[in-house]
Amino acid sequence: MAIEVLKERYSSRIREVVLGATPEQGGTRTHTITIGGDSTLPFLHFEGEVPHRPVVAVEVLDRVPEWSPTLTKYYEDVLDDPAAWAKKAVEQYAADLIYLKLQSADPELGDSSPEQCARTVKDVLGAVGVPLIVVGSGNEEKDNQVLPAVAEAAAGENLLLGIATQDNYKTLTAACMVHKHNIIAQSPIDINICKQLNILISEMNLPLDRIVIDTSIGALGYGIEYSYSIMERTRLGGLTGDKMLGMPVFCNVGYEVGRTKEFNAGVAEFPGWGPQEERGIVWEAMTATALLQAGGHIVVMRHPEAIKLVKKNIDAMMQKNGF
Amino acid sequence: MLLIGERINGMFKDIGKAIRQRDPKPIQEWAVKQTKFGAHYLDVNTGPAIDDKVSAMKWLVNTIQEVTETPLCLDSTDYNAIEAGLELCQRPAMVNSVHADRDKIERVFPMAKHYGVKLIGLTMDKKGVPKDADDRTALAMEIVAAADEFGFPMEELYIDPLILPVNVAQEHAIEVLKTIRNVKLLANPAPKTVLGLSNVSQKALDRPLIDRTYLIMAMASGLDAAICNVGDEELVDAVATSRILLNQDVYADSYLKVFKAGREEA
Repeated sequence: MAIEVLKERYSSRIREVVLGATPEQGGTRTHTITIGGDSTLPFLHFEGEVPHRPVVAVEVLDRVPEWSPTLTKYYEDVLDDPAAWAKKAVEQYAADLIYLKLQSADPELGDSSPEQCARTVKDVLGAVGVPLIVVGSGNEEKDNQVLPAVAEAAAGENLLLGIATQDNYKTLTAACMVHKHNIIAQSPIDINICKQLNILISEMNLPLDRIVIDTSIGALGYGIEYSYSIMERTRLGGLTGDKMLGMPVFCNVGYEVGRTKEFNAGVAEFPGWGPQEERGIVWEAMTATALLQAGGHIVVMRHPEAIKLVKKNIDAMMQKNGF
Repeated sequence: MLLIGERINGMFKDIGKAIRQRDPKPIQEWAVKQTKFGAHYLDVNTGPAIDDKVSAMKWLVNTIQEVTETPLCLDSTDYNAIEAGLELCQRPAMVNSVHADRDKIERVFPMAKHYGVKLIGLTMDKKGVPKDADDRTALAMEIVAAADEFGFPMEELYIDPLILPVNVAQEHAIEVLKTIRNVKLLANPAPKTVLGLSNVSQKALDRPLIDRTYLIMAMASGLDAAICNVGDEELVDAVATSRILLNQDVYADSYLKVFKAGREEA
């Protein structure tokens, strides 16, 4: 007997955001990346369109990180050189794009000047052809000096710049307006603030197709279910016509997983948990794949083996099924 | 929530005069104004006093479409006038309305289907408007059955349970609310519901208060659309707030502004 597959029809779709710019478009990237455009829940090819695959951004810092050795061993030769690090991430670990965190700008972690930071961004742009995500150190006051300098130095490159929050979005929004970049709008696992921040940013006249939202995520075992339901509700809001929620979603997976006990604890500490590195890889890959199911469009990752697993999963999920 | 601007109606003196004199100015002013107020559709009614409703309707549709892209809700008892207007509509329109009478059903449903429009069905027949919810629901059922029979999409059908002025027919208000709830059970997917809201406050003293209060009550009962005074800011604020309280829109501090900017779909 034939089974009729029930299909939901939505009135709207998630907005498309284009990252990067080729020389013809005023940048220097070898190609651009488009995210979003979905007219259904994640990967439901039988029901609607999923025009663009989710992408994996690989995290690069501008200072040597205090990461677990199970991770740093893959980047050992490049940890003090963000441009070389980015090149390795693209060439050896198949990064779709680079997520560059200007951590050294933090007054307590090096206090790099805005000019130094802008130079680093230019170096990384020179080393790779993929589009770039650039975020500040997280120190708001300093970021408000650094990010405008970066935006200006990389004018034309159509970067994705972050992080804008409800309390600190004006400087970055203005920089994105003037130098034509995209913005990451972050809210603390709170759909109301997520929507409000998008309204505030759009009231400064940054077009809605230049906003990527970061609803904030927790790693597996650290509140991922809250992230999941907020992302799902955001997606449903966007699909049912709420234009202030219909943006692609950014998930900072590597950072959140990198601070879990499961990623960092040695096998001697928890013999029952199995080998540390394998456990960490699975933890990062599981977190990323779960969030892709919730509606993530960009996952930022660190461990090369976890990246492989997630890309394989994306390949499989982008296969259209037979319905 | 679909808001249909009520103002372009020959029953209003300025519009009636403009139609008779074929003066586009008041018509276009109200078309633009209501669009600015966030109307999703503009009701277009020649009024009963016009003899040649066909040519009046054609003139109105053309006149309005010169200044706005807001879709139209063609409102007439003369189906030839509606059809003449539909032929000129550049965007999917709405037809207001069909009654639960066989001759009207047979005339209007095929036309509505042919033009791919939304259709308002009134819970009345040749005997008039029923007194209670049960009889209103029975007439709604006839219209729903007709939609099925003519292959008209249920999601595009809007049942209007006909609210009467509270100062002369007070007992109807609650029956209409019951009808709105009943209508939702008549089919799956359910038909939508609409009210000609301002009728509830005809000739009463504080009209905006009555309109606003009743609209909120109707929304809580499941109302999907209203033909109303979209220029009544407090009314629109109440709609936006009801949508939040009914969990139809996601709350954000600026929800009123966003709703009015028309950024959210109906």
